[in-house]
Amino acid sequence: MTITSSSMSDRSTTPSMIQGALMSVAPLGRFLKELWRDKAGFTGFAFLVLLVLAALFAPLLAPHDPAAQSVLARLKPPIWMEGSVSGHLLGTDMLGRDILSRLLFGARSSLLVSVSVVALAGSFGVMAGLLAGYKGGLTDALIMRVVDVQVAFPGLLLTLLLVAVIGPSTATIIIVLAFSNWMIYTRVVRGIVMSLRQTPFVEAAEVVGCKSARIILKHILPNLISPLLTLAILEFTNIILAEAALSFLGLGVQPPATSWGLDVAGGKNYMMIAWWPITFPGLCIAMTVLSINLFANWLRVTTEPAEREKRYARGRAAKMRRAKKT
Amino acid sequence: MGTFILRRSLQGFLVVLGVTIVVFVATRMIGDPAQVMLPLSATDAQRAAFEQQFGLDRPLDAQFISFVGDLMRFDFGESLWQRRAALEVVLEKLPKTLELIGVGLLLATVVGIPLGALAAVRPDGLFDRVVVGLSLTGLSVPQFWLGLLLIMVFAVGLGWVPTFGSGSLAHMILPAITLAVPSMARIMMLVRSSVINELNQQYVRTAKARGMPFGRVLFQHAMRNALVPVLTLVGWEVISAWAGYTVVVETVFAWPGLGFTAMKAINHSDLFLLQAIVFVVAVGIVLVNIGLDVLFKLIDPRIKEA
Repeated sequence: MTITSSSMSDRSTTPSMIQGALMSVAPLGRFLKELWRDKAGFTGFAFLVLLVLAALFAPLLAPHDPAAQSVLARLKPPIWMEGSVSGHLLGTDMLGRDILSRLLFGARSSLLVSVSVVALAGSFGVMAGLLAGYKGGLTDALIMRVVDVQVAFPGLLLTLLLVAVIGPSTATIIIVLAFSNWMIYTRVVRGIVMSLRQTPFVEAAEVVGCKSARIILKHILPNLISPLLTLAILEFTNIILAEAALSFLGLGVQPPATSWGLDVAGGKNYMMIAWWPITFPGLCIAMTVLSINLFANWLRVTTEPAEREKRYARGRAAKMRRAKKT
Repeated sequence: MGTFILRRSLQGFLVVLGVTIVVFVATRMIGDPAQVMLPLSATDAQRAAFEQQFGLDRPLDAQFISFVGDLMRFDFGESLWQRRAALEVVLEKLPKTLELIGVGLLLATVVGIPLGALAAVRPDGLFDRVVVGLSLTGLSVPQFWLGLLLIMVFAVGLGWVPTFGSGSLAHMILPAITLAVPSMARIMMLVRSSVINELNQQYVRTAKARGMPFGRVLFQHAMRNALVPVLTLVGWEVISAWAGYTVVVETVFAWPGLGFTAMKAINHSDLFLLQAIVFVVAVGIVLVNIGLDVLFKLIDPRIKEA
């Protein structure tokens, strides 16, 4: 969030606007400085920024058309191996398509699906959770019963059935994955809202006569942002893995569109003679998910006061141990 | 205990009802079975005959009632691909999936628990960092890719085990490892954090002060208390593997269980077989859930009847 606000204010010219820009850049600097202390988290974040840029500018960065086939350049190895063709940095797949270009465009599928699913499932789940937690009573009982029932559904199998019936496409998996992933947000939000309702500031707002909508939006929602952010980031990893698995099974992103999971499936039949068509796309998935996990880990530790304290104490103890040794 | 089981059964009934409604809405209202199951070249007359044969031309409420009626009699119709009762196919494939889940999760538990506990002994130490790194990697690697890499290295490259299929113990090794890795990662993380928590408790200090060897403190005192949440997680892992997460592993290794059959059913447009699999798995989840709840209540009477 801080990133967009700072990049938008870069265009400002008048002094007051420049000051405003500095004010909004400052949190970004603080954020990066704090993140830098956790090297793993920083690496993860840096990789994610690169990934988003690569996905956005894929048409400019890709050396080849990801769908362009070449009979002469089939299954050529990466550039550092013998028998490689110049111009194909990571080699080519069984149809002679450039693997690097396909990876760049595949990042778009992964990000498109995961961002859409998290946004869809998240907004619906959060609304249901706010409603259940704030209204209580019958509304709460009804919503939570639906959540309990759907949590016990045979998740992936039902997803497969839905995709098979509706017909596989990128839009289908976005809708189906959102349908089977909204419940976790509802559970988390409801729990927090229930405890927030007891706090003096919400009671005060009620006494003053605020309407429910205002209390929910102005007083309760801001307190949800930090736990929801961590949850949403972790959900990202699940959705990226689910999209990859569905595409691998042939029920996700459909050709001619590209997806990392789809590319692994395509290279599968040739893995006895060529390792690169399945290795690179799989590595992309693994590194993306790992980066998100590392970043989320840092975020969780940083946003929770108890965890911060623990980390501080551990750092102090380590310092003291080292001092004792010397 | 009786009312507890009764209440959980009622909830389980709701789950099965929910699955029924979702499947009905998906197959009869959103999708069109004639479209999915018949070839594209089918004529209108063939379509009409198909719809009449399976009662798809009747009004939706009549369809729903006969749909539920069939399910209650465990009549899932005939698998069009196998030309026999769908339930028969499901029951035939079921043991293979159970075998895979059993061996895979046993492996995850047996490896995950001790590694997590040992990592907790010195948080941020070298061993701990290795374990945390391994579990983060295990959580991040897509299962289908891990399976393919294992095949490439151990079956194709080194030739130690067969590439796919089932039959011998050697066939079991790679699929079980692939299924186990993400569960193992989650188990290791949870054991680690709950043992770290326990080791900071007073009773551990007392035991150490009395001169108890550290190994006994760790495995007899701290571990026993740390294991309750871990058991819950293992139960959850069983359910989520059962809920379809074996599909990917089974497909990669051509393991002839329910998941692989589900994929084949999709490829053969065999909607009735797929429905049967989904229902049997849903009923299975409900039964496993009730079983686990009863088990946890017996282990830890403090658990409230919620």
